[in-house]
Formats: sequence, C-alpha cells, structure tokens
Amino acid sequence: MSLQMADIALQSATFFYFISMVGYSLFLFKQKPGFQKTSFGFIIAAIGLHALSMIVYVWATGDVPIQNLAQSLSLAAFSLGCMFLFFQYQFDLKILGLFVSVLISVIMLMVLAIPEVPVQGNAVLKSVWVYAHIFLVFTGDAALALASGAGILYLLQEKGIKSKHPGFFFKRLPSLDLLDSVGYNCLSTGFALLTVGLVTGFVYAKAIWGQFWSWDPKEVFSVGTWLVYAALLHLRFRSGWRGRRSAIMTIIGFFIILFTFIGVNMLLGGHHQGFTK
Amino acid sequence: MSNIILIGANHKTALVELREKLSFTSDEVLSALEKLKQDPNIKESLIFSTCNRTEVLYIPETGDQIDHMIKFISRHKNINISEFKRSLYIYTEDDAIRHLFQVASSLDSMVVGEPQILGQIKQAYRVAVRENSSGVLLNRLMHKSFSIAKKVRKETGIGDNAVSISYAAIELANKIFSDLSQKTVMLLGAGEMAELAVEHLISNKVEKILVANRTFKNAVELAEKFNGQPVKFEERHDVLDQVDIIISSTGATEYVMTHDEVKKAMKKRHHNTLFFIDIAVPRDIDPDINSISNAYVYDIDDLKNIVESNIEQRGKETIKAERYIEEAVVKFRKWLEGLSIVPTIKAMNQKITQIVKIECDKTLSGMKHLSQADIDAIQRMTQAIATRTIHDPIRFLRNTGNHRDDSLYLNVIHQLFNLDIREKK
Repeated sequence: MSLQMADIALQSATFFYFISMVGYSLFLFKQKPGFQKTSFGFIIAAIGLHALSMIVYVWATGDVPIQNLAQSLSLAAFSLGCMFLFFQYQFDLKILGLFVSVLISVIMLMVLAIPEVPVQGNAVLKSVWVYAHIFLVFTGDAALALASGAGILYLLQEKGIKSKHPGFFFKRLPSLDLLDSVGYNCLSTGFALLTVGLVTGFVYAKAIWGQFWSWDPKEVFSVGTWLVYAALLHLRFRSGWRGRRSAIMTIIGFFIILFTFIGVNMLLGGHHQGFTK
Repeated sequence: MSNIILIGANHKTALVELREKLSFTSDEVLSALEKLKQDPNIKESLIFSTCNRTEVLYIPETGDQIDHMIKFISRHKNINISEFKRSLYIYTEDDAIRHLFQVASSLDSMVVGEPQILGQIKQAYRVAVRENSSGVLLNRLMHKSFSIAKKVRKETGIGDNAVSISYAAIELANKIFSDLSQKTVMLLGAGEMAELAVEHLISNKVEKILVANRTFKNAVELAEKFNGQPVKFEERHDVLDQVDIIISSTGATEYVMTHDEVKKAMKKRHHNTLFFIDIAVPRDIDPDINSISNAYVYDIDDLKNIVESNIEQRGKETIKAERYIEEAVVKFRKWLEGLSIVPTIKAMNQKITQIVKIECDKTLSGMKHLSQADIDAIQRMTQAIATRTIHDPIRFLRNTGNHRDDSLYLNVIHQLFNLDIREKK
C-alpha cells in the first residue's frame, strides 16, 4: 500500500519534471517570463513529490532508496533538482532550468523504464557514515553536472560571439562572465562535496572491511574523477584556465562522472555493485 | 460624429532647422493648450513635441478646422505658414488614430523601436489632462495608444536589437562581461566614433577610463573630459593587464596591437577576458587576436554586419506590429461608432424592453387563472412603463447642440446602462 503510494508520487513527480521541461523549452524560444515562472513552479512541485516518494519508501521499508539501479538514478535526479534550486537561488541563471529539467526527465524515464528488481535489505547500507557518503557524493556529482550545464551554455554563447555572428542564443543567454562564474561555483562546490564524500567512503570502508583502500574499480575511478577536477581547479588558479577551456573540461568531467556512476558497475563490477542491479 | 485630426511634422517631413522652429517648449505647450481650450472651434486638444516631431492632436467642434489650426500654429510659433505648410502631414479619422498608435509604438521614430517616445507621449497626455484640454475621446484614444505601445513592445522584438554601431558594441560588452561597472576601458586614439562609444559606456558607468594618444596633450584633454586617466601611447601594452575593453580609433596605418603582444599580455592578466572594439579604418587591432582564448575582436565591419542583420530583423517585427496597430484602429473605430446617438438609443431601448419582457413572462407564467385579455393588458402596461422610463433620457440625447459634449454623455449612458455596443474589453 505505502510502496504503491511511493510509486504514484514518483510517477507524478516524473510527469511534473516533463511539464517543466516543456515549459523551459517554450521559455527558450518565446522568452516570456511566464513560461520560466511556471516551469520553475513545476520543478519545485516535482522535487517536493520526489521527496515525498522517498520519505514514504523509507517509512514503509526502513531502507534508504538506493538498493538498485532505478533507486540510485532516482536519487541522482533528486539531488540534481535540489542542487539546481540552490544555485538558481544564488545566481538566478534561469535558462539553466532547461538543462536540468531535460537531464532529470531523461533520468526519470530510465527510472520508470527499468524493470523492478526485488530488493533485499543490505546490512552494509545501514550506517551514518554510509548515509553521509551517499549524500555528499550525490550532491557533489549533481553540482558537477550543473557545472557542465553552465559549460554547455558558455560554449553556445561563446561560439556566437567569437564567430562574430551572435545568433539565436545571444539574447537568450546571459553574459560569458556570469556563465563562467556560475560554472566555477558549481565546480568548486561540487569538488568540495565530492572530496568530503570520498573521505567518508574511505572511513566507512575501514570500519566495515578493515582497510581504507581495496582497489575496487569504483574507488579507482572515483579518485580518478577527483584528480581530473583537482587538476582543472589547479589550472584555473595557476594558469588562468577559464572560459572556454574550463567549460570544455567540465563537460568532459561530467562524462567521466557518468562512467564512474553507471559504467563502472555495468562493466567492471566491485563492491558498489548493489547500487546498479 | 466627432472627427479626430492630427497635424504635425517629423524627421521624415521636415529638416532639423524647421523642426526646431516648430517645436514647443513645455511652457509654450501650456499656453497653447490654454488658448485651444478657449477656442470655440476646438473641442479637445493635445500637443506633443520632441526634437524629432511636433504634433497637434485635436477634435474640432464642427468641420475639420485644419486651416484654423495651421493658422494657430503659425501665430503661436511666430512662423510663416508658407514656411512650414509643405512639411506638414495632416491625418484625419482612422489615419490619425493609426498615426498616433504608430508614434506611440515607436514605429515612426528615427530609430525604430527606441523606448523613450512612449514616455514623452505619456508626459504630453498628463499635461493635457492637467490643463483639462483633453476630453472623453482623446483620453480614451491616448490610453489605447499606451496599451497598444505596450503590446507591441511585449509581443514583438521591435525594441530588442541594437541598430547603431555604438549600441551594438555596448550590447556585445554586456554579453561578454556581467558587470560593466567593474570594468576598465582604454581609449586608443580619439576619433569621434570612439568618443561616442565611450559616452555610451559612461552612461553604462564603467569603473575607469584610460586614454592613450600619440599626442599626449590630446590624451590629457580627452581624459579630463571623461574623467579618466591619460596614458602614454608607448605604454599601451603595459596597461593591458589593467583594462578589459579597448576601443581603438587611431589614424595609424599599421596595427597598434598585434597578436603576439596580446598573447603575452593575456598571461599577465590570468586569461581574463579582453574585448577589442576597433572602429578605425584601416584597422588598428590585429584581427588574429580574435583567435586567442578569451580575447574578442570586433572591427567596424563586424559591428556593421550585426547592425544590418538587426535592422532586417526589426523590419520583420515591424510587420507584426503594424498588424496589432491595425486591429487596435478597428477596435477604436467601433467604440467611436458606438458613441453615436442612434445606436445608443436603440441599445437602451432594447435593453429595457428585454428586461421588462423577461420579468413579465416570469410573473405571468405563475398566474394560470388569468384570461388572455388580462395577460395582454398586463403586457401592454409593462411595456408602457418601460417606454416611459427611458423617454426622458432619450429626449435628452436627441436634443443635441448648445456646445454640449455628446461623447461625454454617450459614454456615461453606456456605462450606466452597461450597454454592450461599445467594444468589449
């Protein structure tokens, strides 16, 4: 009964994400503020329903909803939504909503399309450390995804200005400076969250398996991702890697995250496997 | 039926010398409106005068009073009729309404889509209302012109694109930098165009302005004018790490900034964005600089291209705007027609007869015991009441003349009786 409720809430949330995506697309083309406001309202409602769905799930089963691939993806979409609200509040970069609503809608479609996998409670996943680890890594990845969104917008705007034919996007996107600084803020926030998230992961690994590091493929790729972002931030400070280069790097970084998040489990296995069954 | 007349001259019909002679100062507008108010031939009037146009909009008491009004302008502005009559345009009825709507929507402006004109017209309207020279017709007409102007601005892209070189440059700067108030501009050389661009930038309030010129004395003078700081021309590369926007307009035949020089400077400024605006011919800024990461170079041709495509775009939007205006003219015409006496009497009659009939039928349907003769008698009586009730108002409406403002009473009656022959909102 309660699980059914969680499903219904999740489906309604997906529906709302879709409406929001349509609204943001209309906003891109028509540039009417009403579309943006309505879409923003829908995305907030969708995130609310999404949260409700997870709360009901936790209440009904006593587990956090990251027991299988569908649940992990759903949580990733939810984190993305929350991080979007946070950065929208900070920077008022309205058109980022289009990127976010499209990305979330795609993820949620996958969530609903993936056949249900029976869930057995996993004792490994019951500890404050694990919750902290999941929370930090998911929000960190979400912020880095937003950074890549800002990067895409930056490249679109930059291409028009550089080629001296400011076209479709010129009016519709904000200044390069703003896009760059939004990207940078998402990047540094995401990096900080990811750093602490990895540390909590190691601490927990020590507690449960007796060692910090076990050459698990996911561990290796996570640290690899972390190094890529660390290098990017370093280059930005030391050698002025800003603007276009930084934008391209954040987009590449996001693909690495995608691989670490899903690809590693699919192809290489490891102790994060339960996630993606 | 009242006539709406608009007489005026604008930048298309009159040269600036004539426009200056015809233009009304705000005091002159006041005294002119005062006189027009006392003029028995003019019912309502309104004057708006900007540097690009002078227009008089009025409702005559009888006929069109065009010669009368031209004489009035000639007298009031102390200018011979022969001097300006040929430059005037005279619109009546729908044409006058349409012209006003076009002016308010900035379709008739020198720079189509410029936003100031609506404010100027609103100001002219406020003055006319304060002076009590406008009445029911002009008040409504002006309000319609404001709403159509707003609609055109909102629904079409007419005000969206920069259609002058310096505006196009500022617009680009605004899409490159998020906050111009924290940016520093360097002026290389001192062409007239450069000064214009800088003036626009100053109105956007940049943080600081540096001026470099081959003749240091000129740099000092110009820097004083813009409240900036003079720089020796030879130092122009050394300050590249302090500036963000460079506007160049020297008479040099060779590049005054080359690719390698800027590339070197980019390192020093941690690859923060540099924007070059090159309005010199031949060019001052090496176009290769555009290939450096985070450096953007726009020369005069690039800017012209943008302006031209913006103008083309604006042309498309104008067609859309004209359609909105045509709709609004038709609507206003309908409202005006509704204001004439016969339809008003008809509508009033119809409304009250309807009410009486409905109520009468309702009552009679519950009184089955009445004979047909009784029913007829009651129906006759109620109809008579209805007719007698509106007899006096109708007589009042028919009895026109005596310099009475019919449109005022018609408007009141429409509102009191909630008659729907007027345009629905």
